[in-house]
Amino acid sequence: MDLENQARIKELAEKYGKDDLIVVLGGAEAEASGLAAETVATGDPTFAGPLSGVSLGLKAYHMFELKDQVDSEVYEEQVGMMEMVLNVDEIIEEVKTYRK
Amino acid sequence: MLKGKKVAILGDRDGIPGPAIEECVKSAGSEIVFSTTECFV
Amino acid sequence: MNYPVVKGAAYALIQANGMLFYQGTTQTQERRKNGVSEHLEKLPDHLRSFEEAVSYAPNQVYIGNLNPDELKGIPRPWFQHPVPDAQRDGRFGEIMPEDEFIGLMKIVDAFDLVILEESFQVRVKEKLAVHPFLKGIKDFEKINKNPGNQADIYKLTASDSAQPIYFDGQLVGCVKKAHEFDESLSHHVMFENLVGKASAVFALKLLMAKTGLNPEEVDYIIECSEEACGDMNQRGGGNFAKAIGEMCGCLNATGSDTRSFCAGPAHALVEAAALTQSGIYKNVVVLAGGASAKLGMNSKDHIKKGLPALEDMLGAFAIHIGENDGVSPVIRTDAIGRHKIGSGASPQAVMTAIVADPLDKIGYRITDIDRYAPEMQNPEITEPAGAGDVPLANYKMIGALGVKRGEIVRADLLKAVKSFGMPGFAPTQGHVPSGVPFIGYARKMIMEDNITRAMIVGKGSLFLGRLTNLFDGVSLIIEKNTGVIDTGFNKEEVRGMIAEALRDLAKSLASPAKR
Repeated sequence: MDLENQARIKELAEKYGKDDLIVVLGGAEAEASGLAAETVATGDPTFAGPLSGVSLGLKAYHMFELKDQVDSEVYEEQVGMMEMVLNVDEIIEEVKTYRK
Repeated sequence: MLKGKKVAILGDRDGIPGPAIEECVKSAGSEIVFSTTECFV
Repeated sequence: MNYPVVKGAAYALIQANGMLFYQGTTQTQERRKNGVSEHLEKLPDHLRSFEEAVSYAPNQVYIGNLNPDELKGIPRPWFQHPVPDAQRDGRFGEIMPEDEFIGLMKIVDAFDLVILEESFQVRVKEKLAVHPFLKGIKDFEKINKNPGNQADIYKLTASDSAQPIYFDGQLVGCVKKAHEFDESLSHHVMFENLVGKASAVFALKLLMAKTGLNPEEVDYIIECSEEACGDMNQRGGGNFAKAIGEMCGCLNATGSDTRSFCAGPAHALVEAAALTQSGIYKNVVVLAGGASAKLGMNSKDHIKKGLPALEDMLGAFAIHIGENDGVSPVIRTDAIGRHKIGSGASPQAVMTAIVADPLDKIGYRITDIDRYAPEMQNPEITEPAGAGDVPLANYKMIGALGVKRGEIVRADLLKAVKSFGMPGFAPTQGHVPSGVPFIGYARKMIMEDNITRAMIVGKGSLFLGRLTNLFDGVSLIIEKNTGVIDTGFNKEEVRGMIAEALRDLAKSLASPAKR
């Protein structure tokens, strides 16, 4: 995960707390999405950025997981096509593991 | 889950970009506090 | 209407391990952050030899020795399946080793900023003196002049007055800063700009050598890399294009720089097409050099997964757009795709604007395009980094668009992708993979009647500049030439005018004369 983004997420988590703030991901692929979810939950596993060793405890969801909570027309228009392109099940499965 | 929450968006240029996620979470009644799009290429 | 044509394309690769290690941003950031870095310690063991880079199948495709379809037949990982008897010279281009390129940087340096250590300079001069076309390049004699000694070079780099140049792990030279305080002329910026200039010069010289283009016939050059040259009062003022043309003997050309991140080359091609179709210029060259900053960009992921540091190639290209010659494939200037400011950022909005809208303009369906060339990044580089297979994702998006438009049956989506898609083979050099690597093959395949038309798609991440959240994209269709050249004389129209004049004459004769 981008180092600058790690810094921003850290700031936001300190400001709003882990109960109020959630992270929504748009990753193209399972592993990278999982890595982002892990980084905001338990810290940067690559020990590269400001979240190295910092456990924010934030919950991250991939956009695909939030389909039911979003206006269906908006979802279709904004994300619908990518369901045909990306490996939805694999991404969801991976991101989910970091919320346990 | 989304309603009334503050949301930080980490979009992906080759997946779902930030602005597309913004439209979605707005429709679910969340407040966007940060939105970005990452690029690996 | 006379469409402009694609008269030729040339492609250059330079293997640059020293630059990967010392100038790639992933490494420079790591060095700044950690005095001792595990990544930097491991990296040298993952660097490839020049021979390995030459025999790497995607590189052979890029320079024209293997066609993209042949890549499908080579098992992955490609780095474990080298191409037998691979040559550095290719049908459309060439792969150059880093030492020769460093020599070329000194030759193209107009302000004596590049200093090379004496014995290295002598060795490189001997190599360049036997290069088929670089031996005759303007200012070749610079490689004989003003050598440096190792102690002075070390002093300059240690005192932050110069950017080091390494070859084979040895400090062999440096690029000095061009101004004491001006950040736009710092050694870091000058290094990147000289890399961009030298690699684009190499690509333009290749274009001339491979296609016979006469430098004096070039009217205009559009440079479309992602670098910026200028000083503190006009950072990005330009002009790479003329600096590059000057080195290649384009005495009758002027030029300018076009920027739009990775979509830059597609914009530049549209501009070149417009300039030639309008008759303003007869011959326009679109070109760009490579980016040292992006070398080894994803190398942390590559190393973690035990791969070689595959992002060790600087990429460059030069494409000649000319007036309709009745033979070369045409650019359909009546069907240019563009992502408009109001198009929206969702993937389907972007693809509709770039791919579907231009097809609609001329009554084509998604399936009427034989080959799409979107961002042709090598998946072996992007997959371990978490970006997936970028061309494949683009192909699926185009297919999904076809499904939504009722032109492809959903069950046939993957079949369609297979038919109009190709594996990615370009280095992750930003603007370099974006559609343009296929133009050489598109031209060849169309002229050999293997395909009728191809769409070149460039996409750019404008949000990286932090001025807008907008995305960008441009597409153009390259199609078989009908062989009919519009001479501006329309027989039917003339026949109609004569008939009308005769009718008027007959009428005036038939009616009684007025008094």
